[in-house]
Parts: sequence; structure tokens; C-alpha cells
Amino acid sequence: MTWLAPLPVIIPLLAAGLAVALGRRPNLQRLIARAALTASLAVAVVLIIAVDKAPIVVEVGGWAAPIGIALVIDRLSALMLAISVAVTLAVLVYSGAQGVADKGEGAPVSVYYPTFLVLSAGVSNAFITGDLFNLYVGFEILLASSFVLITLGGTRDRIRAGTIYVIVSVLSSLIFLTALALVYAATGTVNMAQLAIRLPQLDGGVQLVLHVMLLIAFGIKAAVFPLSAWLPDSYPTAPAPVTAVFAGLLTKVGVYAIIRTEVLLFPGGRLDTVLMWVALVTMVVGILGAVAQDDIKRMLSFTLLSHIGFMVWGVAMSSNMGLSAAIFYVVHHITAQTALFLVAGLIENLGGTTSLTRLGSLARVAPVLAIMFFIAAMNLAGIPPMTGFLGKVGLLQAASDSGSTLAWTLVAGGLVTSLLTLYAMTKAWNMAFWQEAENPPAPRRLPRSMVGAAGGLVAMSLALAAVAGPLIAYTDRAARDLRVRTPYIEAVLPDGEHPPVLYNDPWGVDDASD
Amino acid sequence: MTFDVTPSITLVVLAAVLVAVGVNLLLERSLTRIILGFIIASNGVNVLFLVAGGRAGSPPLNDGGSLEDMADPLPQAMVLTAIVITLGLTAFLLAMAYRSWQLNGHDEVQDDLEDRRLVRHAARDLISRRATDDSGATLDEEALATRDETATDEVRAP
Repeated sequence: MTWLAPLPVIIPLLAAGLAVALGRRPNLQRLIARAALTASLAVAVVLIIAVDKAPIVVEVGGWAAPIGIALVIDRLSALMLAISVAVTLAVLVYSGAQGVADKGEGAPVSVYYPTFLVLSAGVSNAFITGDLFNLYVGFEILLASSFVLITLGGTRDRIRAGTIYVIVSVLSSLIFLTALALVYAATGTVNMAQLAIRLPQLDGGVQLVLHVMLLIAFGIKAAVFPLSAWLPDSYPTAPAPVTAVFAGLLTKVGVYAIIRTEVLLFPGGRLDTVLMWVALVTMVVGILGAVAQDDIKRMLSFTLLSHIGFMVWGVAMSSNMGLSAAIFYVVHHITAQTALFLVAGLIENLGGTTSLTRLGSLARVAPVLAIMFFIAAMNLAGIPPMTGFLGKVGLLQAASDSGSTLAWTLVAGGLVTSLLTLYAMTKAWNMAFWQEAENPPAPRRLPRSMVGAAGGLVAMSLALAAVAGPLIAYTDRAARDLRVRTPYIEAVLPDGEHPPVLYNDPWGVDDASD
Repeated sequence: MTFDVTPSITLVVLAAVLVAVGVNLLLERSLTRIILGFIIASNGVNVLFLVAGGRAGSPPLNDGGSLEDMADPLPQAMVLTAIVITLGLTAFLLAMAYRSWQLNGHDEVQDDLEDRRLVRHAARDLISRRATDDSGATLDEEALATRDETATDEVRAP
């Protein structure tokens, strides 16, 4: 099984190279990209089942764990990997029809598919790595490709929005890199399993500095409140599929890194109170921003960062229940939010604008679109029996189990946020679909693959609700093992901190890794 | 396997100065200065990795020699990776600054105007009627338009 583990990174990277070489043949590029991500998805699904027994560890290049880079796939990694690749594939199919450059902005389509594939490789790398420096490399891969995607075409708006995004992102990388240097100076390792052993032995003050620096770096990427102002400013101007994939994946990579930091590297929940406040303010401020917006893509960007608060809330509970709910919420939010952005792209395609005051009459013009937006919106707001509701129930239970005043404040804040999400979504649906526009758009056929991809994601979010029982059982097991920590550490370092050999020759005949 | 990890004070001071200069430049509005700030601060952080690697002077690769004569090779490998990444990002940032200059005649980071527009509209009460339930009618007008279903015709007649 171990040979499967690096494939979700290798396949998209190789395909990206091939796609660059075939830059003049967009149809072939599209075919390669779809084939690569489909293969990646198949691998990820197999991995989900495989790692339910024990985490899979691959020592890249043959160097044994604490020295070389280890890829570690446990339940959390496998789940994130599968859901992210599935969503990326849906967005890829969607963007195939749109052609990205369809607005005559002279966007160089030939770089779109390769960059998109590299982005997928970077996200996958961040999810499967067991090495903190390799996590940084994964971040850089996905950031560099996101820079290209967000400024695609180089128009005035995209350059303006891209500038802010790029500067904030490189700043967060710089903080992460500084933290890495300090971590190495303090412990002499960047292997996450070994760090899990060595970091708790450090002096309390040093631990706190490293912990806070890592949280700030990941907090910028995840867009939690005081570090989130860049997001609604930069996301909406990018092409619809790009915004959709950013909204679904990039912030979640940050959340994933926060989970690893809080659970594996710095267990004990020392900063839980801070995180709970951050979660509360993120939820409330974000959704108040969403209520005020007129542009549908901006409104969705604000709901995106508001709901990041729910995931931080789950992590801050420091309980199996809370962590499991947070993981479930990540899975829910990736599908629901991406689906909403894809439908918003279709709305823009049909109505010619994203301004809610100018849109209207779409329920008559495109009833299918109205239904898709409605389902995804209600899912996000947390209407039973969909996944948004189940995730929120899990969080509420975790908070009431904890029972502190702050936890109950979070419960109140979370409920207000859900209600306001419902309000913002209903308002948007009402204005875009139900009310009559002054100049209603002419009915026309939307590209089938765009509607198909968006519909597929909506269907997937409903299907997740249908399999919610096994899924929650899976996230429960993931959360339990994550919090115990020993399954992860022992999988990476079976012989303790000092391996018997430094180098396993991968080509050697006596290799017994299978 | 132990390395001498006593940090060199020169490198620590150098890293501190570089990062301070870089942060100062990052706070500017002009994209060119921000790029310079990013490069200088990155170099400061790279120096910090060398600090983490222990004393200078010994080679990171030493075939056949004893481990005590070696410097820790891992931080140096990491620094190389970080340098390459910084180089790539700098190239992209420069291209972006040039494009910004091409389009706008300057390379200053611009504000997002959408939120200000919303605030201005709200202050002037210009929010679209469709965004609220308010039809714009006064209370008196609404009262006139209301019909009391329970009232008989005689009562309503005057």
C-alpha cells in the first residue's frame, strides 16, 4: 500500500509538466488534467479505507524518519485528501466549459490547466506530509500557483486584488519560515512526530513563542478574524472556478495546519481560551460583513470566513467530540461553499453581473439554478437534515459538554451566526431568483458541463448527509487517535527517536518495506 | 550524534537587522519597496537558519571524517530550498509590480473601495429597496392602503 501514498502529489505534478508541453492544444490539456485528477481521486479513496487500520508512512528517498522527509497519512490526512481532490476535480470539469478566457480578457489559457494541477499537488502535499518543513514547501507550491491563478489575465482589477493577496501570503510564509528556524534551533528536528515528543520538553516560554508564531502563520492562511481582512477583498475578482477552488481548499489547508499544531505539536490546549475568542469574533464579524454586501461573490466570501470560526471553535474545545465535529465541519464546508461559488459563477454567466440589486427573475429563467443555489445555501445555513446541521449539532454538543461560560457564549454566537447566514442566503436567493429584475436576462442554455459540475457538487453535499453516520464514526475515530497521539508517533518512529539505520536503500534487494 | 549548537552572536545580530529593515520596507505603500523588504527580510530569516545550524567553520558533508567535525547539514538544505522559493516569488512579485505600473502609472497598493461604497450608500440611505422589505411608503400611506378584514361595511363607510 505504501507506494500509493505519494501518488496524489506525483500524478498532478507529472500531468502539469505534460500539460505545459502541450500548451497549444487545450483539448488535450483538459483531457490530461481530468484524467490526472480522476486517478488522484481513486488513490485518495483507496487511502481512506487503507489508513483506517493504521497510518501509512513513507520515507521519501530512503532516509529514515527523523532525518529524511516522511509522508504520513492518517485518517485526517486521507479524508482531507479525498474531499479536496474530489472538489478540485469538480471545479476542473466546470472550468473546462467556461474556458476561463471567455470574456475576451486575453487570459493565457495555456497556463491555466498546468497551474491548476500544481495547485492540487501543493494542497495534497500539505495534507500528507509528516515533516514541518515539507509542509512549508507544500504551502509555497499551492501559494505560488494561486498567485498565478488569482492574477490570471492581468487585468486592472485582478492585479489590484492580487497585490493584496500576494503580499499577505508571502508575509505569512515569512512568519512560518521564521517559526521553522526557531523550532529547529530549539529542538534540532522538523519531523512532526519527533517534534511531538521534543516540544513538550522545552521551557514553557519558548513553547509559547513557537506555538503563537505557528498559529499566526496558519491563522493568516485560514483567515481567522484579526488576520482575515485580505480574503473578501481579493477572492471575488478572480474567475469563478478559481474563487471556488480557493474558497474550498486554501483556507482549509490553514485549518488543517491549525489542527495539527493544536493536537499533535502542542497538546494540552494552552491557548484554548484565545482560540475560543478568535472563533467567536470570526463567526460574528464575518457574517455581519456578509449581511451588508451587495455583490454575491463578496457576500459568499464573507460567509466563507465567518464559517472558518466554526472549525476553530471545534478545535478550541480540546475534546474528542469537538475535534471530530471540527473535522466533519471542514468536510461539509469544503463541499457546500465550493458549490455555492460555482453556482454564483453560473449566475454571473447568465445574468451578466454579480450585483444583487441588478440581478433578478432567475427562478423563471433558470429554475435548475434556483434549486441548486437554494439547496447549497440551506446546507450552509444548517437546515436539517443536511451536513451543515449535523456539523453544528456536533459543535453545540461539544460546547455544552465543556460547560464553561465562554463555551456557552460560543453556542450563542454560533446560533446567531447560523441565523444571520440564513438571512443573508435568503436575501440573496430572493433578490437574484425570486424578484423581478428591471431587465431580466434572456433564457439560454448554460454549458452542460458547468451545470453538471455544480449540480454534482450539490449532489455530493447531499450524499455526505446520507452517509453521515459512517462519516461521523470515521471522524470520531480520527479525532480519538489524533488526541491520543501515540498511533501517529509510533507509526513514524517505531524504534523510538533513534532509528537503527539512517538510510534504507530503496533499490536494495533486501528491502522489506512491503 | 551531537552538534555544537552555540549560536554565533554576529549571525543573530545580522538576522535581527535584516528582518527589522525588511519589516520597515514591507510597511510602505510602493510595491517596489515591499518587494525589497520581502527580499531583505527573507534573507534575514535564512540567516536565522544558519544560526539554528550551530557554529560556522566546519563542512556539512564530510566523507570519512568524524561527526564532531561536521556542521549540521539539514539547516543548510532547508536554507537552499528557502532561497530558491524566495527567488521564484521575487520574480513573480516583480512581474506583478511592473504590470501594476503599466496599468496605473504607479505601483502603489490600492485600497478596496467596495466597502466604502456600501458605507456611503447606507449613510445616504441609498440602499436598494429590493434589499429590504421597505417599499418606501410612509406609515400613513400604508395605513390608508390597509383593509380591515373583520370590519363591516358600515363601520368602514365614512
